[in-house]
Parts: sequence; C-alpha cells; structure tokens
Amino acid sequence: MEPIIQTAFPFIVFAVGILLAFQGVLMIVAYTVLAERKVLGWIQGRIGPNRVGPWGVMQPFADLLKFIFKEDLVPDKSTKFVYFLAPIVALTCALLPIVVYPFGPVITTIDWSFLPFGVGNGITRLPMTIAQIDVGVLYVLGITSVGVYGIALAGWSSNNKYSLMGGLRSSAQMISYELAMGASVIGVVMLSGSLDLNGIINAQINSPFKWYIIPQFIGFIVFLIAAFAETNRVPFDLPEAETELVAGFHTEYSALKFALFFMAEYVNMFTVSVMCTVLFLGGWYIPGLGHLLEPGSIPYALVSHVGFILKICAFLFLYIWIRGTLPRFRFDQLMNFGWKFLLPLALANVILTIVIVYFLNR
Amino acid sequence: MEPSLAAYLALSGILFTIGAVGVIFKRNAIGMFMCIELMLNAVNLTFVAFSRYYSDVTGQLFVFMVMSVAAAEAAVGLGIIISFFRNRVSMDVDDASILKN
Amino acid sequence: MATSALFFLFAGLAIACAISMVYHRNPIYSAISLIGVFVSLSVLYVTLAATFIAAVQILIYAGAIMVLVVFVIMLLNMDEDKPLNRLRYLYAVGGGLGLILLIQTFFIFYAVMRAPKQAINEDVTVGNTLSIGSAMYTEYLLPVEIVGILLLMAVIGGVILVRKLSQPQMEMVVNSELETRNEPAESDDYRVAL
Repeated sequence: MEPIIQTAFPFIVFAVGILLAFQGVLMIVAYTVLAERKVLGWIQGRIGPNRVGPWGVMQPFADLLKFIFKEDLVPDKSTKFVYFLAPIVALTCALLPIVVYPFGPVITTIDWSFLPFGVGNGITRLPMTIAQIDVGVLYVLGITSVGVYGIALAGWSSNNKYSLMGGLRSSAQMISYELAMGASVIGVVMLSGSLDLNGIINAQINSPFKWYIIPQFIGFIVFLIAAFAETNRVPFDLPEAETELVAGFHTEYSALKFALFFMAEYVNMFTVSVMCTVLFLGGWYIPGLGHLLEPGSIPYALVSHVGFILKICAFLFLYIWIRGTLPRFRFDQLMNFGWKFLLPLALANVILTIVIVYFLNR
Repeated sequence: MEPSLAAYLALSGILFTIGAVGVIFKRNAIGMFMCIELMLNAVNLTFVAFSRYYSDVTGQLFVFMVMSVAAAEAAVGLGIIISFFRNRVSMDVDDASILKN
Repeated sequence: MATSALFFLFAGLAIACAISMVYHRNPIYSAISLIGVFVSLSVLYVTLAATFIAAVQILIYAGAIMVLVVFVIMLLNMDEDKPLNRLRYLYAVGGGLGLILLIQTFFIFYAVMRAPKQAINEDVTVGNTLSIGSAMYTEYLLPVEIVGILLLMAVIGGVILVRKLSQPQMEMVVNSELETRNEPAESDDYRVAL
C-alpha cells in the first residue's frame, strides 16, 4: 500500500495544482467579461448589467447557461470536421500556457515530513508553478502562435465569405505582429540571461528599479501593442470588425462553439497580461514585502500571489479602457504600422540593448 | 525504461519514406512542399535522437540550422507558388511546362 | 515507462498523420495532418530531453511555416487535386520505390547501430538552452553566419517574387500564355482579380 501511495502522491499533487490553476484562471476570465461590460457601461455613461444577483455578479453564469441552451446551428455547406476542430484548437491553445505561469514564489520554510506514509520526506520546496521548464518564454510564444489555426480554420471551414476574410485577416495580422512581439522579448531575455519565467522574475526582485519596464521601456511598449494585435482586441480587432465583416471568423458559429471562441479570446488576454507582468513588471515581486514577511513562508507566497493577480488585473483593465477609447485601424494602416514601424523599433531596441549590455559587462 | 535509439531511427525512416512517396504522388506544388517538410522533419528526429544517445549537442544545433533553412525555403517557395498561381490559375506542377517545346 | 508510453503514443500519431497527409487530396486536410506530425515530433523531442528544440519546433514549424502554408491555401482558394487518370500504374511504381527506400534506410540505420558506441551518459546539460547557445556562438559560428545570410537572401527573394508586376508586363505574360495553351478566355478575370 505504502509504495503505491508514494508513487501516486506526485500525480495527485499535480492534479490538484492543475485543477486549482485552471479553475482560478477561468473564474478570473469569467469575471473579466463582466468587468468589461460594467466598465464599458461606465465609460459610456450607462450602468451595465445589474439584474442577475447584486450588482450583476452572477451574470457570467447566466451567460454560460444561455450559451448552453441555445440552438447549435451548423451551416449546411461547411467542412464539418474542420468546423468542429477549429473552436477546440482555439481554446486548447489558449489554455495550455497556464501550466508555466509563475503564480508565486517557492515555499521553502515548511517541513513536509508530517504527511502520512512518508510521502513528504525529502521535499523541501513547493513551487507555485505547475511545470518548471527552462524554455517557458518560447513555450508560451509557440503555443499562442499555434492558436492562429483556430481562427484561420474557423474562417475557412464556415464556407462564408465574411468568415474567410476574417480568417485571412487574422492570420496575416498574427504573423506580422508575432515578429515584433518576439523581437521585443529578446531584450528582456538578454538582460536576465534566462528563458525560464521564474528565472526572469528572480532577475528582477529586490528593487522595483530592477523591473525591466525601466531599461526595456521601448520593448515594453512594443510588446504591449503587439499583444493587443495578437489577441485581436480593439484597436486591432480587424478579424471580427462588426461594421465590415458581420462578425468575422465566428459569423457561422453559435451556442457553445461560439462560447469556446469567446473564452479563448479572454484567456488569451489573460496570458498576454501574465507575460507582460512577468517580463516587465517583476511578476509576483512586491517591493518591500521581504522586510515585513519572511521570504519563503506561506503568508509571503500568498501576498505575493495576490500582488501578481492585481498586476494582471491592471493590464486587463487597460485592455477594457482602450476598447472604450480608441477607434479601429484600417487594414492597410495595421499592416504598415506592424511592418514599417513596430518591427524596426523592436529590432533597434535589440541592437541598443546588445550594445549597452556589451559595454556594461566589459 | 526508455525507448531505444533504434525505435527513434525506425520512426524516422518510416516518416522519411512516407514523405518521399508523397512527393512522387502529389501533383500540386503545396502538397509536394509539405511532403518535403515532412522529410526534413524525419531527418531532424534522427539528429536529435543521436544527439541524445551520444550526449553531443551538435545534432541539436544542426536541427536548428535545418529549421532556419526550412523557414527560408517556405518564404521563397510560397512566393514562387503564388506567382505561379497568378500566371496559371493552377497549382498543378504538370502545368509548369512553358519551357517544354 | 512513462517515456515509452509517450513514445509509442506519439510515434503512432505521427505516422498516422503522415499517412493522412499523403492520402488526402484536399490541401487543407493535408496541412492539418502535417501540423499533427509536427506537434507529435515536438513531444518526441521532449522525451529525448531536447526542450529547446521542442519549443522551437512548435514556434517555427507549427507557428510560422505552416501558418504561411495555410494562409496561401486559403488565399488561393485551392480545390482538391484531380485524381491521376492516365499513368495509373505509377502508383504501383511509386509504392515499390518507397518500399526499396524504406529497406535502404533501415539498412543504413542497422549499419550505424552496429558501429561501436559509447554508453549513454545521463548528461542533463545537453539539450538545454545554455549548451546550444554556447555551441552556436563558439564552435559553430560560421554555419550560423551562413544561415543568417541565407535568411536575408530569402527575405529579399520573397519580396521580389511576390511584388506586383506593372499591368502591361503582366498582360504580356498572360497573353503569351494564352496563345501557347489555347485556354478558354473566361479564366482571364481571375488574373485581373489577383
């Protein structure tokens, strides 16, 4: 009995971790949708949803129920297999990066040997990350770039010209802005000397002046703009521009399949906010907290975790704010901006960083 | 227990053969292009497997080179395909016979 | 044990996707199958402890090259390949040649396996980003530079290939084509649209 439990224990810990992380992220995403409707309402002088529960807090669940019970229409001449595959690809690629998020610092001060069957013997650290891989940045960039297929294939398989235009636009847009995004991350990777998300945070702790938003300000701006384009948000929401393309790539999708696309978009927003926080704002690090609480203890980890979530929420609010403020680009403007302004700026930032790092390390 | 080197090599051989047969059977240019990518990937798998079992990083480095070459090939190859389509409204490689007579 | 299970699962998936890629006539299905092959190969790289290569495989092959391919397929709105109606016996010839190639490949690998080899040492540093990076910029600097120049050439070549011909030039090409091939004239409006 004992060996079985000892073998199974790591899997149970991973399962609990995955459950907590995914559940937490999906809850935040659900309430981002509500927050978006509320904040947009306030920006436009309205109240926003307030009927379901006090201040409308049950609205996400009401929306979910509505999506489940709607009629599921499948266009007659669509390519069925690809039509069903597309939303699955979109949501899977949106959810996969969650496993490398650094939710908080490593907990080191607990002695785990009190656990029964000796499963805790020899364990000294409990990381608040599901998978620690040393190429976390590349992993997140790669998985999010695979997410394009969801949109492109949805547009192609619906057999609708608006959908096809939306799919084409989104793949062109994502290819273009991915370059600028990748180039803007290079500066951070050079300064921290690590591709691991935890390693990048550890290079930024001890002082808020070490946050890479200061030495890499150009990189931060480029990353932020490219992030808006990657997630198809206003002012870059050309793939689903209502006034031109009906609803773009998801014109022919209804009920739960549409809900999957909708969720994928908001989870992508969350992912990009996490990347922004980790790369440029020091991740879970809160200035001065190390003096109040002992680093490595559970309260320190929890307060740091709350700080991490708050930083992400600030970025999510920025998304909503900009949606309520800016008009949409035209498509040629979008392409010109990406290729002729953003990419050269990112490359110039890389070269500048190389020169500075070279002279600093001499 | 880890799979042996032979298992990876066998997989690589099978994939390479499927790719080669695909190049013979496919008649549209994009299909042939994708089959060639499959062959390149089969070779990459051999490189990485040898790199692992002989603890030498050179194999992985050359996989990186192969990927760069494949990216360059994609850019130029798809450019050629697009301009071919503009002139011929066809993807069939049998139509690329202007120099024949 | 877990590694073996992963290997057989994803090796099977890779072979199935590869066969499906060759089998399907619709280019979009072929492309989706090829993406499946790339993703399974990436998992196999992880079982070989090459995490950097695995991540780059997803980033470059699945995330960049195949997106371009799918984009071109959608842009050109390609339909299915017509089946080969003349020279049908070529299927048999191709299959036979493929079999010979498979046997040859296995023979080479068999010969390689017979060669004396070192014991597998569990060197965990091989395959991480640091080892690849330091090898890239010391021992293999020249190949890296050559690849850089190759990529620059590809960028320039791509731009030159897909630039728009000025209208008279374009018409010249199209007309000469039409004369030689006696195609029906209705395909003309396609060209103008492109």
